[in-house]
Amino acid sequence: MALIEAINPLLSAGWGKGDAGWGIGEYEQRGGYQALKRILTEKIAPEQVIAEIKASVLRGRGGAGFPTGLKWSFMPKGSGEKYVVCNTDEGEPGTFKDRDILRYDPHAVIEGMIIAGYSVGAARGYNYIHGEIFEIYDRFEQALAEARATGYLGGNILGSGFDFELFAHHGWGAYICGEESALLESIEGKKGQPRFKPPFPASFGLYGKPTTINNTETFASIPFVLRIGGEAYLNLGKPNNGGTKLFSVSGHVNKPGNYEVPMGTPFATLLEMAGGMRGGRKLKAVIPGGSSSPVLPANIIMDCTLDYDSIAKAGSMLGSGAVIVMDESVCMVKALDRLSYFYYEESCGQCTPCREGTGWLYKIVHRIEHGQGRAEDLDLLLDVGANICGRTICALGDAAVMPIQGMLRHFRAEFEYHVEHRKCLVPAELQKAGSTFHTRMMAGAPC
Amino acid sequence: MNGQPNMLSQEARARIDREVAKYPTDQKQSAVMAALRIAQEEQGWLSNAAIESVASHLDMPAIAAFEVASFYNMYDLRPIGKYKLTVCTNLPCALSGGVHAAEYLKRKLGIDLNETTPDGKFTLKEGECMGACGDAPVMLVNNVQMRCFMTPDEIDKLLAECK
Repeated sequence: MALIEAINPLLSAGWGKGDAGWGIGEYEQRGGYQALKRILTEKIAPEQVIAEIKASVLRGRGGAGFPTGLKWSFMPKGSGEKYVVCNTDEGEPGTFKDRDILRYDPHAVIEGMIIAGYSVGAARGYNYIHGEIFEIYDRFEQALAEARATGYLGGNILGSGFDFELFAHHGWGAYICGEESALLESIEGKKGQPRFKPPFPASFGLYGKPTTINNTETFASIPFVLRIGGEAYLNLGKPNNGGTKLFSVSGHVNKPGNYEVPMGTPFATLLEMAGGMRGGRKLKAVIPGGSSSPVLPANIIMDCTLDYDSIAKAGSMLGSGAVIVMDESVCMVKALDRLSYFYYEESCGQCTPCREGTGWLYKIVHRIEHGQGRAEDLDLLLDVGANICGRTICALGDAAVMPIQGMLRHFRAEFEYHVEHRKCLVPAELQKAGSTFHTRMMAGAPC
Repeated sequence: MNGQPNMLSQEARARIDREVAKYPTDQKQSAVMAALRIAQEEQGWLSNAAIESVASHLDMPAIAAFEVASFYNMYDLRPIGKYKLTVCTNLPCALSGGVHAAEYLKRKLGIDLNETTPDGKFTLKEGECMGACGDAPVMLVNNVQMRCFMTPDEIDKLLAECK
């Protein structure tokens, strides 16, 4: 169980009972389904719901940070087949918040999706869940059964005349399906290969019908936004960065886990909440928003606040809020070697620059790491990268290049040392200490 | 299907039909991912005949089902051991012992990654991010069961559980 601590908790406020608190009764006791009931009984107009979401400046929690209310308003008005889709294909290395949301609060996601369905005029939704968390998929199916039995899903919900059905669909091992159009292809029973955009899902989505697709945390936030009001939600965070957010902290901290903090919280506060650095070693660098976001060295990240704007200004991305903490024991070439392998392995193969380019990038980083690097390799990496970026259908190509650009921007000397001396700048003994099991966390900790 | 009998059991077909019911009536193919998972669970791995059976049950071309089976990496297109152990070695896990956990398993089982023990009991695989990095090292048992904080002691316990 990932540890939880929070400042002004909304999403995680009901997680205290762990696995015992996810059921519909518990959720209702915490105020769950109140937002939906109010909308349906008071017959609040869909436009009014969307206006409230817009006022909250809730931004997409999957990584792109697109304003949720604005996205919903792109859906065509009027009747006709439309869909609401939730993206729980959480596979960006470092990210593990959606798993906990579905584990401890599946009904928050269900309520958020029903409200989304009402707001955009869709009668059907799907939650696409990462295949690797199959036990969580099973739980979500149970939560759906509870919601159906209670009358929150199905025909004529709470006597309002509004119909909405929701189903779970699982992935089976493909990072690319986190890309929204690949995910839609996957629900259609095909290979998860991204589609050309435009058209965007709001006009041509699932089965070619208008579709709103949001991240799990975004949907889970909707009931809370509506319960406290858009403006109050915005004020929890900072201008242009509404509300609180879950941050998944992994790597060299004493207490890895999920932390919910207001947008704009200093990074230093989060690091302290996560128990500080493990083994008394020094912070070297942080990958702030999932493995695709460019790395930031300690001195830069320690001055950042956790919001879309501050991290962007520092030259990286808040992304999914996956904070990978690395101490002085980490060889940056080795770290990049593993990440480059990941993108090579997960490229879907559709676009030549990405299919071939990710392989080249991995091959070059790998040979530098293994003492076979050449002096021209660092510029070659950047050159190959420049020929991938912006030349592919989806963002996976860029995602493979950004970690390389970040590493060479801030840690070029380490790569040069590898090429010149054919070994790591970081002593082997120190590396060994930093890559070993984290025993303090393990003692008796359940999954 | 070339007139071959469907190799899926009646129970598997009933489970697949429950998946089919989640989708619009003209979108049966949407159930192919779940159907292949169910077929794999029943047969142990996905032979061409199993994939063809799934395709035939969903009224879709066999090649379309094969495309799906070969695209997603948790489908096994070759026979594997009774217990497939998939260890995440991606960077966040590696910072907390993920690579050591994989090395320990290799030594313990006497096999390399992508190999199966001679008695057919264990297959070892390297996995990509499973979305549980805070619980590293993380591994999957037969795709569907996640095990967390896998120190050598925990790995020993897991191996002993696998009868």
